[in-house]
Amino acid sequence: MAEPQRARPKPTPETQHFWDGTKAGELRLQRCDACAHVYFPPRPFCPSCASRKVSIFKASGKGFLYSYVINHRPAAPGFTPPYAIAVVELAEGPRMMSNIIDCPQTPEALELDMKLEVAFQALDDKITLPVFRPAKG
Amino acid sequence: MRKNQVAVVGAAETTELGVIPNASQLQLHADAALNAIADAGLKLSDIDGFATAVETPQQVCHYLGIKPTWVDGTSVGGCSFMLHVRHAAAAIEAGLCKTVLITHAESGKSMIGKAPRSIPADSLQGQFEAPYGVYGPPSMFPIPVLRFMKTYGITHEQLASVAVVQREWAAKNPRAMMKDPITVADVLNSRMIAYPFRLLQCCLVTDGGGALIMTSADRAKDFPRKPVYIMGTGESVETPMVSQMETFNSSRAFKTAGSLAFKEAGIAHKDVDHLMIYDAFAHLPLFGLGDLGFMPHEETGKFIADGNTRPGGKLPLNTNGGGLSYMHSGMYGMYALQESVRQMRGIAPAQVPNAKISVCHGVGGMFAASGTIVFTNER
Repeated sequence: MAEPQRARPKPTPETQHFWDGTKAGELRLQRCDACAHVYFPPRPFCPSCASRKVSIFKASGKGFLYSYVINHRPAAPGFTPPYAIAVVELAEGPRMMSNIIDCPQTPEALELDMKLEVAFQALDDKITLPVFRPAKG
Repeated sequence: MRKNQVAVVGAAETTELGVIPNASQLQLHADAALNAIADAGLKLSDIDGFATAVETPQQVCHYLGIKPTWVDGTSVGGCSFMLHVRHAAAAIEAGLCKTVLITHAESGKSMIGKAPRSIPADSLQGQFEAPYGVYGPPSMFPIPVLRFMKTYGITHEQLASVAVVQREWAAKNPRAMMKDPITVADVLNSRMIAYPFRLLQCCLVTDGGGALIMTSADRAKDFPRKPVYIMGTGESVETPMVSQMETFNSSRAFKTAGSLAFKEAGIAHKDVDHLMIYDAFAHLPLFGLGDLGFMPHEETGKFIADGNTRPGGKLPLNTNGGGLSYMHSGMYGMYALQESVRQMRGIAPAQVPNAKISVCHGVGGMFAASGTIVFTNER
C-alpha cells in the first residue's frame, strides 16, 4: 500500500488561476479595480465592495510570520511531526496558511514577525503549493 | 427582541456522560430529550418546535416521534445551541410555536453513528488550509495564540493557569471527567500536542448530550422548575478558515455576539454573577474575557492566573470544569448552557451563591461562529 498522501487541493473555476500561477512559479492575488482592495482566497468579485471588476496580479512573494503552531500529534497524512503550520501576512495585505521550509521547526527558530519569501513545492504534475522560507538578507 | 419574555423550563444532560459505548449518537439525542421533557413535566406531544445541529431536525424528530410546526437546523459548530436558544426565543415571541425542544448529542469518543469530519479537497479549506498539515482542531484552533500572546504580553504560565483553575471547579462536580488537582507545572510538562499547547490545555474527547425546553415567560410559571429567563442574545459568524480571521488579537464573531447580548439584556459587566466561556482550548477564556468587554485583553491572563475566576473568586468562570475538565463531546456549547441553567436554578454542584445573571458564551468551529446568551432567574 502506498504511503498516505498529503491532502491535495482540487481547484475550482474560481481558483484555477491561483494554481496555474503556482505551477508557473507565481503567487497570484486579486485586486479590485473599483476600490483597490487586495484579497485572498480567490473569488471573481471584491469581498469589500462587491464589484465584479477585479484583476489578477503577481504578488511580491514577500511577507512575515504572523502566527503558527508546531504540530506534534496527531500528524496529518504525509507529514512527519513536529512540523509548523504557519499563517503568513503578505506584503500586499492578505494572509495565507502555509508551511515554513529551510528553517528548524522550533519555537527558537520560528520567530514571529520574521521576514519570509515564497517558494514553490510541486506535489505532482498538477499541483504546486506555495510555501515560505526565511527571507535572504 | 424584548428581554425576559421567554424562559428555559426544562434542561437535562444525557443520563451518562463520558464514555458511552452502548448508545448511538441518535439515541443520545433521544436520551437527553426524554430527560429534559421529564424535567419540564411535559409529554413529547407538547413539543411543537424543534432545533438541533449536525443531525438534521427530521432525523431527530422522526426518531422521537415529534411533529413540529417550527424547526431550526442551524449548524455552525459548538455554539449552534446558543443560536438555537436565540432563534427559539424569537420564534416563541413571534407566535410560530409554543414549546421548543433543543437537542445536542455526540458520540465524540465512541464514534457510534457519527459521521467523521472531512474537508472536501475542492472547498476553500481543502485548497488553502488542508495541504499544510492541519488535522483536527488541536492543529487549527491554537494557531492564533502565539500572536495573541505577543500582542498582549500573555505568558505560557498564565495560559496554563486556565486549565489549573478549571480543574478546581471540576473537583467539585461529581459528573466531571477529570477531577484530580493539577498545577501549572503539570500543565507545562504534559505531552506536547501543538506548540504552544500541551495535552492539559486541550479539551477532552467524550460522549454525551443535552437538551433544553423553552416556552413563553407567561407559561413558564406553571412549570415544576424555577424558570430561567432569556435576558439577552447575540450571534455572528466570521470565517470557516482560521487563517482568514480579520486579526488573531480578538474574534470578530465574539465581539459581535457578545455586544448584542449585553445590549439586549441592558446589563453592565459588573452585573454578571456567573460566566461560561466555551473552552475548547485554554486560550478561549482569554479571548472571551477581552472580546466580551470584561477587561482589556492585556489583563486577561493575569486575571485568571491571580485566581479571580476560581471558586470564591470575583468572577466565577466555567464552573462545571469546562471543556478542559468536565466533558467535551465535540460541540460543547450545550454543556455550557446546561451549567448556566443549573446556576440560575440554584442547583449546580459548585453553586455560586445568590447568582442572578449568567452569561454563556459559545464558539463554533475555529473562531468561525459565536453565540452569547444572558440568562437571569429574576423577571
